[in-house]
Amino acid sequence: MKFTRRDTMAIGGAAALTTILPSLSSAAIPVNELIMGVTGGADAASTGISLTAPEIAENGNTVPISIDAPGAVAITVMAAGNPRPGVATFNFGAGSASQSATTRIRLAGTQDVVAVAEMADGSFATAHQTVKVTIGGCGG
Amino acid sequence: MAKGVKARVKVPKTAAAGESVTLKTLISHKMESGLRKDSDGNKIPQSIINRFTCSFNGNTVIDVKMAAAISTNPYFAFDAVVPEAGEFHFTWYDDDGSIYEEKKSVKIA
Amino acid sequence: MRRFCASIIGRKLMKFKKLIAVVLGALAIPFAAIAGEDSQLTVEGQLMVTSVAAPAHMENVDKIFSGWVFRKDETQALQMDDFDNPAFIFIDKAIDTFNKVEGTAGKACVSCHESPEVFKGLRASMPRVNSSGELETIPELVNGCRTERMGAEKWKWSGGSMAGIVGLIGLQSRGMFVDVAIDGQASSMWEKGKELYYTRVGQLNMSCANCHEDNYGNMIRADHLSMGQINGFPTYRLKNAKLNTIHGRFKGCMKNIRATPYKEGGDEFKALELYVASRSNGLTVETPSVRN
Repeated sequence: MKFTRRDTMAIGGAAALTTILPSLSSAAIPVNELIMGVTGGADAASTGISLTAPEIAENGNTVPISIDAPGAVAITVMAAGNPRPGVATFNFGAGSASQSATTRIRLAGTQDVVAVAEMADGSFATAHQTVKVTIGGCGG
Repeated sequence: MAKGVKARVKVPKTAAAGESVTLKTLISHKMESGLRKDSDGNKIPQSIINRFTCSFNGNTVIDVKMAAAISTNPYFAFDAVVPEAGEFHFTWYDDDGSIYEEKKSVKIA
Repeated sequence: MRRFCASIIGRKLMKFKKLIAVVLGALAIPFAAIAGEDSQLTVEGQLMVTSVAAPAHMENVDKIFSGWVFRKDETQALQMDDFDNPAFIFIDKAIDTFNKVEGTAGKACVSCHESPEVFKGLRASMPRVNSSGELETIPELVNGCRTERMGAEKWKWSGGSMAGIVGLIGLQSRGMFVDVAIDGQASSMWEKGKELYYTRVGQLNMSCANCHEDNYGNMIRADHLSMGQINGFPTYRLKNAKLNTIHGRFKGCMKNIRATPYKEGGDEFKALELYVASRSNGLTVETPSVRN
């Protein structure tokens, strides 16, 4: 396919301005599908769980996240655009003082991070957030 | 035993009976994802810590199933209740079968 | 034939639309998440100096800033607590190394140096010229002890063991002002370092100054360019999840501009280390810091 000068300049100009890794949305698993995978098809409420993650990650290697779902038995965290979506499942025991945790995760690119909490009564709650992952600066 | 694995845990030395405390844990581990390739183009096999648990006097505080998406040098912070004096027991399970442990006692203030 | 062309044009438009959407999305991202030069760094309750008037010898810059200032909030937070700071796993390992017997003399560091604390103040004024008139750096002092007094093998300049011990020694000066001498016996090496700093090299024909003096605070692609200060080295980089050394970073920077790097531990990097350290005179030592 032949590119005209106009095409090349337009693409070049646009590409140069793109500093954020393009969303992995085409390769990502849809958020709803990930949620269903945990709930077994049951609905998940959108309240009752909070997910804290940076809007823009400094480095995809180490992205700090926190999850909190009072009354949860377990919280599953997934990354919709990673090569493999599973990140971690936190199971809370009788010794826990809150159903919350903080950790650091790897994100392969800009994508949705999804958290699903299973409550003591068998119901589910979910939250998700897009985290933008940037390309390093100098190529180093 | 993966080479050079070292754990650090932050646990208060004393607590009031029934108090909720924040625990922090960090362990040095590469968390080799299994997706990287070496210079010959061969995949480097996965080798991660796949589970972390914390218990107090035998009661589970938290039990985390971990995938390769947990960052190198896995870090967890979470809250635990200290009903009485006792010992926190932290365990990390490596893909290669090794188990790393740390124990920290807490006195009642 | 016309339908075929129309479908190609249609697809091209689709491609442009997607690119335009990505670009607009990229431009719309607020940079508020990047902490400004006003934030303060306290580590374990101790206030650090992260911005100060530039030392007199710097002609083109009025104020100098620590690399901490250029990182995002979440990264900055990691350095404020010695437990959250992942560098400390390597410091812990270095403490073990400090106490470990190695070499034919059957000694450990601790056999002569009763604790790492005896090194308080050392890192703040390194590199320095010794009594023989040579410019010396901490890795050389460490290897000197190892080979001459412990009968142990030299460590690689930027290997894990050296980075850890240099980090442990550097930690003892944390919070102290960087104060390297640039005059007297140091001046010829300092001038050499300064010349290296301002000389363009490599396929990309860039000097340290092009990024770290002319463009600090700007974005290079998606990275927030710092002033290239080394007061926090060895530093834990999120990028490779380990401690990185000064010469290791110099080498990396040179590779990034497609230049053949100078040798780690060689005269050029030592001279450059002296000059770059002097550019942070007045900031506090932050070793071990957390950076991108």
